Amino acid sequence: MKRVFPILAIVTAVLLIYAMHQALVVAPTERTMGDVQRIFYYHVPSAWTAFILFSINFVASIIYLARRNAKADMIALTTAEVGVVFCTVVLVTGPIWARPVWGIWWTWDLRLTLTLVLWLIYVSYLILRKFSSGGQTPLLAAVLAVFGALDVPLVYFSIWFFRTQHPQPVIGGGGSIDPRMLHVLLINWLAFSCFAALVCWSRYRFEVMRREVDELQALGSMMEARSPR
Amino acid sequence: MTGLTRATLIKDLRLEWRSKDAINSMLFFSLLVVVIFSFSFDPTAEESRQIAGGLVWVAFLFAAVVALNQTWARELRNQVLDAYRVSPASPNSLFLAKAFGNFIFVTVLEALMTPLFIVFYNLRTLGPAWQLPIVAMLGTWALVVNGTFFAAMSLRTRSREIMLPLLLFPISIPALLAMVEATTSILTGEYSAKFWIVLLVAYDLMFTMASLMLFGSVLHAE
Repeated sequence: MKRVFPILAIVTAVLLIYAMHQALVVAPTERTMGDVQRIFYYHVPSAWTAFILFSINFVASIIYLARRNAKADMIALTTAEVGVVFCTVVLVTGPIWARPVWGIWWTWDLRLTLTLVLWLIYVSYLILRKFSSGGQTPLLAAVLAVFGALDVPLVYFSIWFFRTQHPQPVIGGGGSIDPRMLHVLLINWLAFSCFAALVCWSRYRFEVMRREVDELQALGSMMEARSPR
Repeated sequence: MTGLTRATLIKDLRLEWRSKDAINSMLFFSLLVVVIFSFSFDPTAEESRQIAGGLVWVAFLFAAVVALNQTWARELRNQVLDAYRVSPASPNSLFLAKAFGNFIFVTVLEALMTPLFIVFYNLRTLGPAWQLPIVAMLGTWALVVNGTFFAAMSLRTRSREIMLPLLLFPISIPALLAMVEATTSILTGEYSAKFWIVLLVAYDLMFTMASLMLFGSVLHAE
């Protein structure tokens, strides 16, 4: 497994450079929006990546609640942290695009609100992890993740009741997209997913080492207390 | 309702009746919100009908945190919570007692504060007023059930008084939206509150079940 990591790192770097070239140079300019539309190649893949990471977090939290498995907890922690970063990218790039195209920075539309609420829930998740100490942290965090996931459909229906302004999803929705643009979008998504996997992986390894160090330190102080001076 | 639920509920109500700590601070807090909002916006009767739904519920949400925060703190003294933990009593009956207690506190607060809101904002409902108590009850339960649960969770954290609103508010967004929209629609009479009431019922059911399923493991977390 250790040899896979540098290979993944190189593949990710190549993919990111290729995808950036594709998005900024190769992809055709959108007819009405112009070059501003190119932010879409960062906005949408980040959103998909963030949602995938949050879904992994939810599954890992359920597994933790069922099995009390430390690995599942570390995966939940990692995906939540990286997911919040990608979700932040979504929330920052969205208004930059919306201002010239819609004429407003922000609106309480379905997808925008849902993303913002998800971001808020996961920030509170990270704060909870930061503020709770000791062995209960994984359990409390997993419980909060379940509550957050239950909240998502309710947020969805409550905002759905208002009319939605966001462009329809390009994949599986009513909208149409130039096949060249779709190609660039998917390349970018692949690059972003590889990047997310890479970051999650190194964060996970860091967390494993951190816990080992903590355990060793606790063991060391126990031994010290036991041995007579 | 089991015997443990009833005993704990009566104990909490009696403690509150004698000290009146929570209810007094909640009342004064929401009074301050009413007064400050009233003179900083100075709305006309028509405007206040539009914004009152939001104001009322924000005031109640912030005030409810006061009651919620002291729900479990009382049981920490003399290790009462540890005694609960080792006793064979069902954790859910304890949770329900606490949630019912908070529900009663916040309902009393709302009953006392509503006349003040009517006075300060010149409110008169144009829609079906009989729906207001239903919205209030469903909304209060939505705040209280999650609030009681998250208060138990934040017991295990540093600076737990700050932790509770940080956990509670993001999750409560759909419930808060539903309460505000339902109240506004009843006050203005412009559209039906039915969708929002259904949403509140769904929220209440979902989170009551989730709390009852998970409270045991939160209480026994070590």
